[in-house]
Amino acid sequence: MSDDPRPTRRVALKVLGASLGAGAFARALAPLQQIEKYTSPAEFLQKHYRELSRDELHAVLRRLEGETKNRYGREVTIRDIRPTEGVQFAYALNLSVCIGCRRCVEACHVENNHDRASHQSYIRVLEMEQGSLDMERGRTDYDHAVPAPGHFYMPVQCQQCQNPPCTKVCPVEATWQEADGIVVVDYNWCIGCRYCEAACPYHARRFNWRAPEIPADEINPQQSYLSNRIRPQGVVEKCTFCLHRTREGRLPACLEACPTGARVFGNVADPDSEIRWVLEHKRIFVLKEELGTMPRFFYFFDV
Amino acid sequence: MGDRNGAAGHRLTYPGFLLRVLDRATDGTWRFYTWMFVLTAIALVGMNAWAQQVARGMALTGMSDHVSWGLYIANFTFAVGLAAGGVMMVIPAYLFHDRDMHDVVIVGELLAIAAIVMALGFVVVDLGRPDRAWHLVPGIGKFHWPISMLTWDVVVLNGYFALNLHVVGYLIYTRYLGRRPDPRWYLPFVFVSIVWAFSIHTVTAFLYAGLGGRPFWNNALLAPRFLASAFVTGPAFIVLTLQLVQRFTRFRVPAGAIDLLVSILRIASLVNLFMLAAELFTDFYTGGHHAAAARYLWFGLHGHRELVPWIWSALALNVGAAVVFLTPALRAHRAVLNGALVATFAGVWIEKGMGLIIPGFIPSTLHELVPYTPTLAEWKVTAGVWALGLMVFTVALKVALQAMTGEMRAPDAPPLDEAEEAPSHEGSSHAEVR
Repeated sequence: MSDDPRPTRRVALKVLGASLGAGAFARALAPLQQIEKYTSPAEFLQKHYRELSRDELHAVLRRLEGETKNRYGREVTIRDIRPTEGVQFAYALNLSVCIGCRRCVEACHVENNHDRASHQSYIRVLEMEQGSLDMERGRTDYDHAVPAPGHFYMPVQCQQCQNPPCTKVCPVEATWQEADGIVVVDYNWCIGCRYCEAACPYHARRFNWRAPEIPADEINPQQSYLSNRIRPQGVVEKCTFCLHRTREGRLPACLEACPTGARVFGNVADPDSEIRWVLEHKRIFVLKEELGTMPRFFYFFDV
Repeated sequence: MGDRNGAAGHRLTYPGFLLRVLDRATDGTWRFYTWMFVLTAIALVGMNAWAQQVARGMALTGMSDHVSWGLYIANFTFAVGLAAGGVMMVIPAYLFHDRDMHDVVIVGELLAIAAIVMALGFVVVDLGRPDRAWHLVPGIGKFHWPISMLTWDVVVLNGYFALNLHVVGYLIYTRYLGRRPDPRWYLPFVFVSIVWAFSIHTVTAFLYAGLGGRPFWNNALLAPRFLASAFVTGPAFIVLTLQLVQRFTRFRVPAGAIDLLVSILRIASLVNLFMLAAELFTDFYTGGHHAAAARYLWFGLHGHRELVPWIWSALALNVGAAVVFLTPALRAHRAVLNGALVATFAGVWIEKGMGLIIPGFIPSTLHELVPYTPTLAEWKVTAGVWALGLMVFTVALKVALQAMTGEMRAPDAPPLDEAEEAPSHEGSSHAEVR
């Protein structure tokens, strides 16, 4: 083709083709203009949580409060609550008394500002067959009066592993284990690759497949950066043992909602704590112990 | 030639070279324009679907918290294999000095480049927040290396991309100038790239094999099996490409190269099937929970059979192709051989794409069974990335082959010298090939 007698015409045609192509390209990518709904220059340039100075963090929290006001129409307070020295959180659940009512599931849903459309929660309750700890014989979609005869119930949420497979795989250190043992996510640093979701052996992580929907009057306005603030679209989230409550001496929302007292939560470093008593006196076990994840979430039977 | 070695000389000739490449890349017959037009259209449809996914969320895909990776990561895995497969031309050409293969080895290197573009594309479209991709850049982001296997993958994929780009770019540039390539400027990179090719697919296998909570992936055979199937798809794609090159360009493809690639395919397809048999035995003879995902894949579980027809088709395609590769009377027919190449390419695409990724999530870690079906948006995006990869491959191949045949040469390049066609190889294994 190089011996074309009219090279200028050929070049002109190429330029025309390239311009049409560029126009079609811009047109194809036009929906990207909508991303200003969930990002901004300040959000784009924001540093990793652990690299923010006190002033920078303050500015980020105020910005996030403003964004929540704009998008969800509600005044909220977003705080940064740090772990307390010498505190090691652990959770225990008494399978003998859990009746599978899923009030913990619901409490988590409300407390943590979960998406209403998908009715998201960090807790799943397995209805198990008496005489078997085999999850394959359990089911999460039971829909009848509880407790059903011949069954027991096993709520599963983040096990806050001491050796967490999820934090290991994160390519950008957007998730890590805090000094008190709680595994957290920086929702403004996560790139949404979902490798942690694949790595977790307990189905503890959730992805925001779209921006969460919550009516303004249902929003829990007491929020924290690393836990229950409304998550952005396209990032991973998880149970934080309600750190915005527990780091200030309160109990997790799932525990408070439990009508049977199946849940025990506390600081294992405190020798007088109830959780310490349970771990020392009950025949406890952890889920999938063979994986070496070393959960801080324990199960036990009373009898 | 020494007078043109100076940096100043290259400052003058290199822009001219790039202009010439642009000119050659955009020039062609009506066939070329039609092909590129169709690919561009598909790529644009894919980009549009992706832009909507970014704007409205990944709820547009069929993925869920139960099956959190799908068609994109399946194709990513396959594309990495395709990139690694090109090394099956590089090894005979440079380690065993096979003269025929040496003449066409650039096709394998170009395939590696195009396949890496696809692999990276599939990772990008799988991100929930592509606007934050810069968090992955060492120095300005937070690169979790060496702990996260995904960071290793970023390193090896980009490294392999750069290595092949350098080798190919250097060879084309020297051909354009009519100079003999200086081995010091490309041979060390070729040898590094051979080891590197194995690394890209090993690391990609380790992404999955390292997850203790996913018994279907958590086995040591995954990386070897990835390599075996890569050495099926890479050569299969290249043999098909070489025939198209023979038909549509002035480039002469030595028959020995195709024969050798088919020989490689014979071994690789058998090794791949053997490893599959080893895996099936371990799963089904032992039984129990570790086989739940395999049961779902091959026979269905609790009434869910979404992948069953796919995986049996893949098995039939791969076994059928292996029979053709192993039977001289069958593979002697070009049409039959080509059918087998296409069949095994499709078979491996199913087997190590959806057939590998989806059962990792079904049943889930809490043994829930949530099926997954890709949405139309996902298919559009996937087709778009494939179209982009094929565009890169077509254009790169076009430019490279015109440099090789001497159709694209610098105005002041010395006349074509047959002796310069390829460096001489003492004791060429050429004769041993057949």
